[in-house]
Amino acid sequence: MSRQHQQIHLAAHFPGVNNTTVWTVPPAGPTTTPGRCAPRSPALGSQIDFDSFAHLARTAERGLFDFFFLAEGLRLREHNGRIHDLDVVGRPESITVLNALAAVTERLGLAATVNATFNEPYELARRLASLDHLSGGRAAWNVVTSSDAFTGENFRRGGFLDRADRYTRAAEFVATARELWDSWTPDGTPRPFAHTGRHFTIDGEFGVPRSPQGHPVVIQAGDSDEGREFAASAADIIFTRHGSLEAGRAFYADVKRRLARYGRAPEELKIMPGVTLVLGDTAADAQEKAAEIRLQQVSPQTALLTLEQIWGVDLSGYDPDGPLPDIDPDPDSQLTQGRVRHGDPLAVAAKWRALSEEKGLSIRQTVIEANGRQSFIGTPEAVAAQMAEFVAADAADGFILVPHLTPGGLDDFVDRVVPLLQERGVFRTAYTGTTLRDHLGLPFPGERG
Amino acid sequence: MSVPTGTLHLAAAIDGDGRYQAPYYVELARLAEEGMLDFITLDDTFGPPGPGRGRLDALAALARVAPATGRIGLVPTVTTTHTEPFHVSSAVATLDWVSRGRAGWRVEVSATEAEARLVGRRPAAPAGELWAEAGEVADVVARLWDSWEDDAEIRDTATGRFIDRDKLHYVDFEGAHFSVRGPAIVPRPPQGHPVVAVAATDPVTWQTAARHADVVYLRATSPEEAGRIRDELRRRAVAHGREARALTVLASVAVDLADGEGAPGTGPAVNAPVALTDTPGGPPLYRGGPAGLAELITGWHTADAVDGFHITPVAPRHDLERFVNGTVALLQHRGLFRTFYPGATLRGHLGLSRPASRYALEREAAR
Repeated sequence: MSRQHQQIHLAAHFPGVNNTTVWTVPPAGPTTTPGRCAPRSPALGSQIDFDSFAHLARTAERGLFDFFFLAEGLRLREHNGRIHDLDVVGRPESITVLNALAAVTERLGLAATVNATFNEPYELARRLASLDHLSGGRAAWNVVTSSDAFTGENFRRGGFLDRADRYTRAAEFVATARELWDSWTPDGTPRPFAHTGRHFTIDGEFGVPRSPQGHPVVIQAGDSDEGREFAASAADIIFTRHGSLEAGRAFYADVKRRLARYGRAPEELKIMPGVTLVLGDTAADAQEKAAEIRLQQVSPQTALLTLEQIWGVDLSGYDPDGPLPDIDPDPDSQLTQGRVRHGDPLAVAAKWRALSEEKGLSIRQTVIEANGRQSFIGTPEAVAAQMAEFVAADAADGFILVPHLTPGGLDDFVDRVVPLLQERGVFRTAYTGTTLRDHLGLPFPGERG
Repeated sequence: MSVPTGTLHLAAAIDGDGRYQAPYYVELARLAEEGMLDFITLDDTFGPPGPGRGRLDALAALARVAPATGRIGLVPTVTTTHTEPFHVSSAVATLDWVSRGRAGWRVEVSATEAEARLVGRRPAAPAGELWAEAGEVADVVARLWDSWEDDAEIRDTATGRFIDRDKLHYVDFEGAHFSVRGPAIVPRPPQGHPVVAVAATDPVTWQTAARHADVVYLRATSPEEAGRIRDELRRRAVAHGREARALTVLASVAVDLADGEGAPGTGPAVNAPVALTDTPGGPPLYRGGPAGLAELITGWHTADAVDGFHITPVAPRHDLERFVNGTVALLQHRGLFRTFYPGATLRGHLGLSRPASRYALEREAAR
């Protein structure tokens, strides 16, 4: 066999604020006891303790991952006019945590999700360049946008951009940040910048010299047409959710095709789906564990609430172990705030009802069945084979693993799957560079003329 | 010689314009920690520190330092004029989480047109207006820190509830320049309130300092002048319903230990009168040897003019090293300064108690 094995890129997502993160019973006492220094047992991982972040990041680095990925929250979700209380909630500010993680890791890339709607280019470019310096060239920025007046209530502008403006602002934001990052010469001389555009008119001198990566790596998450185009024009990585091999291949081909329009080569944008995984000693064991995890993730309360998010009406009178409601969703409902409503609720409800009737599923079983995300479930050998297959078939360049436990959720993968990927010759056996761009095989941006 | 009335507090700037690599900051922070200093500060501005010069984000640099140190307080300057108060609250709370209760922030404004043009969102404004706004930012930031009660996270398996939403609170802050709904995204930080510092070196800052600060640096060249300013700041704090002792007042001194007392018999005599030189735009300057500086600190502290000193080494590596190994060692020898950290949090070092969440108190009172 002469074909060069396609190399897999791996990243780790810190289990975030959502109902897929399985929570365990609390440790004794409040989490904020001052002076608490002793690390807790990993089994009692926290969404906020630095120990949990450090453990997961060190595990990812032990597994020679490309980067570690943090999400962002800017407003607590509400449901039925009250703060949603069933999911893991509360998280630190991502760039600050990543700067601290730079002290306990050496090579791992450090990716922060930061909203381009509720920040300004100068300030954010400065914070990201600082992270790139302080980590020795390991910074990445996952660009997200918001159209949400609900979130805007926490910010000066208060507002609200319509869907089209979100992306034009984000695109101009990234371009402006790059102008700032390029404004110092590599030999350490600042040059004044001036940017005039639709969203930003700014000028002056940037406060941070050119950082080790030139430009921190830019990640884009999302699947809309605008999102794909934005990624093709401006991102280094696209974070997707395409599950099946066929859907992944179609997405991969579409996005890579778009790059040519911007004079970019296919390998300049890495496609990395977010995936969950469950390992077992046998296939049956893994399936059994996966089913248990789904039951933990979708409690009876969570099942009803998920349904309410689609129906947009109070369904608290329904039995989660009973059939789906026979009423239609309210498509204009504001029942849920702070969570994106995917798709047309009437269509989703019809699909779920059909699924429920066909298989005779209760509300809770339907939610579990319908919401099952792409997962690799199986023995370490099977998971390694599947991952290699995805990448060899051009359905992905790698994966962002989303564990359901913190901080020990990556341990098994690193101990049991990574060595198998290495044996197959599809994953590195050592870091060969020091920066995230090195790990990803991405070019270093040249100096602007 | 009268006995000083309070514990002596010492802090040092580790500023490093033109320093972009983590080991520089870690080395200086560890040096200050060997000297048992209460905290280190790192200065910042929204724009570049000067024409052709660069500087890293101070909070970022001290977050990088946090896991590499164990006890010392970490106080970056964070500006309030062009930033989002919600982001400021989250970042400082997160610094407190990653340092396990050692965070503070020095509130600063951006007054220049050049800084305003870097954002393009609003024009420059007079300092008085900016400091009033900075006070509002400090206020809403503290409210956001209180917006999660300490025991809001319950993980109640019986009801499936992760949090008790009755213990999360909207802050509903309406200021002249911004409004914030809340609650915070970051759970209440380990110290409850990370320490708030204000450089009250200009009277325009005094009102904000007296109302919101835990630590104040003042600018004075004599203990008499320092004592007068401290009295004025305390008087204003009391007028805002605070305890006079809630303010820890430090004298700012730039320190040049480049010469003097290098070896026995060299440099100015140890017993020579110690004086500060007034310098325009910066803190008063001490130039001399480490023992002379110990004399000065002892004298001011004994006169009960200030609660301690915030020193800015002129050459950070050199002067901080001489300060720790010379001045601090002498003060420790005289029993004026601690020889170990009895606690682990910055509030602990400063003798400040951990505040309860105002919303928890309100809920308690309404019962």
